[in-house]
Amino acid sequence: MAEQSEYKIDETVDITGVVCPVTFVKTKVALEELDEGQILAVHMNDGEPVQNVPRSVKDEGHKILKLIGNEDGTWDLIVRKAGA
Amino acid sequence: MAFTDEQLERYSRHILLKEIGVRGQKKLMNGSVLIIGAGGLGSPAALYLAAAGVGRIGIADADVVDLSNLQRQVIHTTADLGRPKAVSAAETMKAINPDVETVVYREFLNSKNISGIIKDYDFVLDCTDNFPAKFLINDAGVMADKPFSHAGILRFRGQLMTVIPHESPCYRCVFHEMPPKDAIPSCREAGIVGAMAGVIGSLQALEAVKYLTGAGELLTGKLLTFDALTMTFHTVQLPPRGDGCAVCSDHPEITELTDYEQPACEFKPGSAV
Repeated sequence: MAEQSEYKIDETVDITGVVCPVTFVKTKVALEELDEGQILAVHMNDGEPVQNVPRSVKDEGHKILKLIGNEDGTWDLIVRKAGA
Repeated sequence: MAFTDEQLERYSRHILLKEIGVRGQKKLMNGSVLIIGAGGLGSPAALYLAAAGVGRIGIADADVVDLSNLQRQVIHTTADLGRPKAVSAAETMKAINPDVETVVYREFLNSKNISGIIKDYDFVLDCTDNFPAKFLINDAGVMADKPFSHAGILRFRGQLMTVIPHESPCYRCVFHEMPPKDAIPSCREAGIVGAMAGVIGSLQALEAVKYLTGAGELLTGKLLTFDALTMTFHTVQLPPRGDGCAVCSDHPEITELTDYEQPACEFKPGSAV
């Protein structure tokens, strides 16, 4: 997670314990609670979540700042919330 | 209000929609809908609105479940025969979604009680099967500025319109007064294909969901007609509200509710299709 320090993370959500589509639902709920411009880190598993969640986040207009691969095979997606 | 994990999963398919999302689902959960008639139209509407998590759903019907209802009134089961429809419908809604608060009105709505009941709801569905009830709901809705969905079905045809009183044309703007006795057969005489009620009642539920969440555009200023035999939907643009309407013009002639005379074949206002 060292690379996360490049960004000022306002909130973190862990979606490693859930499967599609709740992965993206939890991400959406976390983004909803932030203000425009704030930054969310989404901790997710390899495979289906990392293939789908970043794309869905982008489709909703949010800005993906970085996708960081961790040594344990999980990923951290760093997202800046777009306006409503 | 934060969602529980169970609610997140239950409503995930709504939350995923950009047009509904977290905010829209919260609006549904804080919203209320009154369904007048627990019959052919009211059954699918009640099922979908309960499943959608609408916070409070009122269901009004004074009838009991009859064997001939079960061909289309899909919220009731054979085990419910003889039971009050409003009670049976509320139980099914609760079974689908315990989050929903249900309010049972085991009465037909009339000029005396309707205003006191509709005032407690955000949106009203006219799921009745007769003209006295339809004119009563329209006039009460207009007088109380209560948005509602009108629907009617017969044989293989259905129609639908949404009314935002004093903004969009009302039912009476289009159908000025009660048709003469026996001009239009009731579904008891004419028949109705069950799935037709499912189509139109589901469209009413959609209008309620759209009204509560603000998604999309409502069916206002338009009349939708559906012919199942040719599988054709038409949307007819209506003239603007106002001039000359006896109830929703700026100088209405009708300022009090009336219980219109029953048509010849003995049905009660407020009874469901």
